[in-house]
Amino acid sequence: MSLLWLRCALGCYFVSLIYAFVALTRTRDLFSRIALHAASLGMVFHFVSLTELFLSGHVVWASVHNGESLLAFLSMSFFMLIYAIYQTTSPGVVVFPVVFFLTFVAAVDQQPVLLTQYVSNKGWLAAHIFLIFIGYAALLVSFGASLLYLLQERRLKAKKPTSLISFLPALEVIDQIGYRSLLLGFPFMTLGLLTGSVVAISTYGHLDFLDPKILLSVLMWAVYMLMVFTRWNSGWRGRRAAFLATFAFVAALAAWAANYFSTIHRFAAS
Amino acid sequence: MRFQLIGVNHKSAPLEVRERMAIPESRLPDTCRELAAYPGIEEGIVISTCNRVEIVTHTTNGTADLRGFLRDHFHLERKELDPHLYEFRGKDAVRHLFRVASSLDSMVIGEAQILGQVKEAYATARAVGAVRGQLDQLFSRAFAVAKRVRGETAVGSSSVSIASVAVELAERIFGTLEGKTVFIVGAGKMSELAARHLMAHGCAAIFVSNRTFERAVGLAEKFNGQAIKFDDLYNSCDRADIVITSTGSPHAIFRREHGEQFLARRKNRPMFFIDIAVPRDVSPEMGKLDGIFIYDLDDLQQAVSSHVADRRKEAELAEAIITGEVERFEARLQTLDVVPTIVSLQDHLETIRQAEIDRVRGRMGRLTPEQEMAIEALTRGIINKVMHTPITTLKTAAKESEATTIVGVVRRLFNLPEKEKESASQPAAKETKETEVGPHP
Repeated sequence: MSLLWLRCALGCYFVSLIYAFVALTRTRDLFSRIALHAASLGMVFHFVSLTELFLSGHVVWASVHNGESLLAFLSMSFFMLIYAIYQTTSPGVVVFPVVFFLTFVAAVDQQPVLLTQYVSNKGWLAAHIFLIFIGYAALLVSFGASLLYLLQERRLKAKKPTSLISFLPALEVIDQIGYRSLLLGFPFMTLGLLTGSVVAISTYGHLDFLDPKILLSVLMWAVYMLMVFTRWNSGWRGRRAAFLATFAFVAALAAWAANYFSTIHRFAAS
Repeated sequence: MRFQLIGVNHKSAPLEVRERMAIPESRLPDTCRELAAYPGIEEGIVISTCNRVEIVTHTTNGTADLRGFLRDHFHLERKELDPHLYEFRGKDAVRHLFRVASSLDSMVIGEAQILGQVKEAYATARAVGAVRGQLDQLFSRAFAVAKRVRGETAVGSSSVSIASVAVELAERIFGTLEGKTVFIVGAGKMSELAARHLMAHGCAAIFVSNRTFERAVGLAEKFNGQAIKFDDLYNSCDRADIVITSTGSPHAIFRREHGEQFLARRKNRPMFFIDIAVPRDVSPEMGKLDGIFIYDLDDLQQAVSSHVADRRKEAELAEAIITGEVERFEARLQTLDVVPTIVSLQDHLETIRQAEIDRVRGRMGRLTPEQEMAIEALTRGIINKVMHTPITTLKTAAKESEATTIVGVVRRLFNLPEKEKESASQPAAKETKETEVGPHP
């Protein structure tokens, strides 16, 4: 049943996905309204799906696909939070495709790839997953914002008349969205990694820093911190910030992909 | 649709002619009265703004001599006036009025003032009794159309002058201008205007710098700002988010290295340079820096003209709305047009019925009240039954624009009075119309 709801959500997200593609060329208000409604509806389905999964008793957050579903939901919530504050759907250009992809993978292929069942402390594990996912969602949005910033900066510099009418919010607003997501996401990411370490240590007794999962996570965290620092210290934005954000995002993707190789998460093993 | 419209606007007539035809507000009520009393005119409204004078009327037979009215009123010769006039009748008059109210006929397409002016003109004419049913309907519809155009198209959503384009660009960069700082370099009229616009949109502090310090002080005082010595320019400029520069300097005064300094001191917060000096004050090299945005006079001008182009595009959409609305309005009026015919048809048959009853009564002698009522009911019943189909047909025909043919046929068949005569007695007919035919759409 949960899967059915998830597929309904996927259908809605597909509509928002279309928006992500047309938004750059067309600026009708109507599109963004449709996308917004579709996304909200999708979130309702998605929420039902997650709740059902949770109530069904055999919730395994640590299964890759349930994890993806949860991450997609959190990213969408983050997007909605930004919409509530800034009244702009433009981050959807980046968020929607990622959310769609995550939901798609979660909805289509449901073979239970499981984390090791020998985790001793389930509470820490849950905290680890939630914290790190919020961190991921924030990172995704700040990555999206830095791309939009570049785009808007280019439009303004090109002095093209069309730059005046645009679905993008003002440059400083995009900047704020990016920076705030960054600041919000960083503590979550940090705590997420710390709780993760606790889980790993309590399960294996030690941390293997050469494990690809851990290596990439630490790398991602380092770039994340570098972003926060350069921004705070010398106001890096625009091209340089976008470069860092892309790097952090790629590191995050790699860290996620590492699930399939890492012995820590043992996804490959099962 | 016996509407007639005549007028001049900024396109048809030069300023000298428009000046001579401008009607001061105080004289407007009298002009309306005069217009409504003019031969052949039943109702009239006069719209007079700095860009146009329009006379909108509902006439007795659609051929009132409006040109004559204008000549008489403004004491102008035929050859002075005629070449500049445009005149529309019926549907075209409706369309023109809709376009005017929707600001599609304005000098600056989409400007918001015109609708208010048309509304005032309507109110003035109404107050002196120059407006009754027909123009009332026409203008109410025109206001509704204008509202629709505003709501459904982007005509009128973007601003046009250079100063407001500057504001809009600044908003593209900073979002809100609340609390932003403006720096004017070189005290000139245009930079003053731009600054005024920016302040009106929330910019908080202002600095002025000028080679002649006194002028800087003078301008700064106007804005409650602070004058800065020209030598201190580079040291204080980074405090500004928006720099408006218009000095007479033959060389660029802001170069790349200055931009780098500013950005370093501002922690890379963006800066917006509005360069309205010719030759330019800001070197284009500086614009290559991340976070520095420069718009020179040409860029601003281009933005202005692109706005105009955008509005044109939207105006096409608006024209489509108006075409549809004109059709709808026409259809509605036509339904009303058959109403007088229906009324006189009913009157005609009622007269026959009464005459026949009187005749029969003479032959039958005294009747009891019951018998009276029975005859009344019988005859009325017959007439209503017989009339039902023709009236329905007339009403449907009206919507399908064969009204004139059918109305003509009905009038000939029943030998009803001709239209001219009938319209003279229309006010009386109108009252019956309401009760007999029921509410019109």
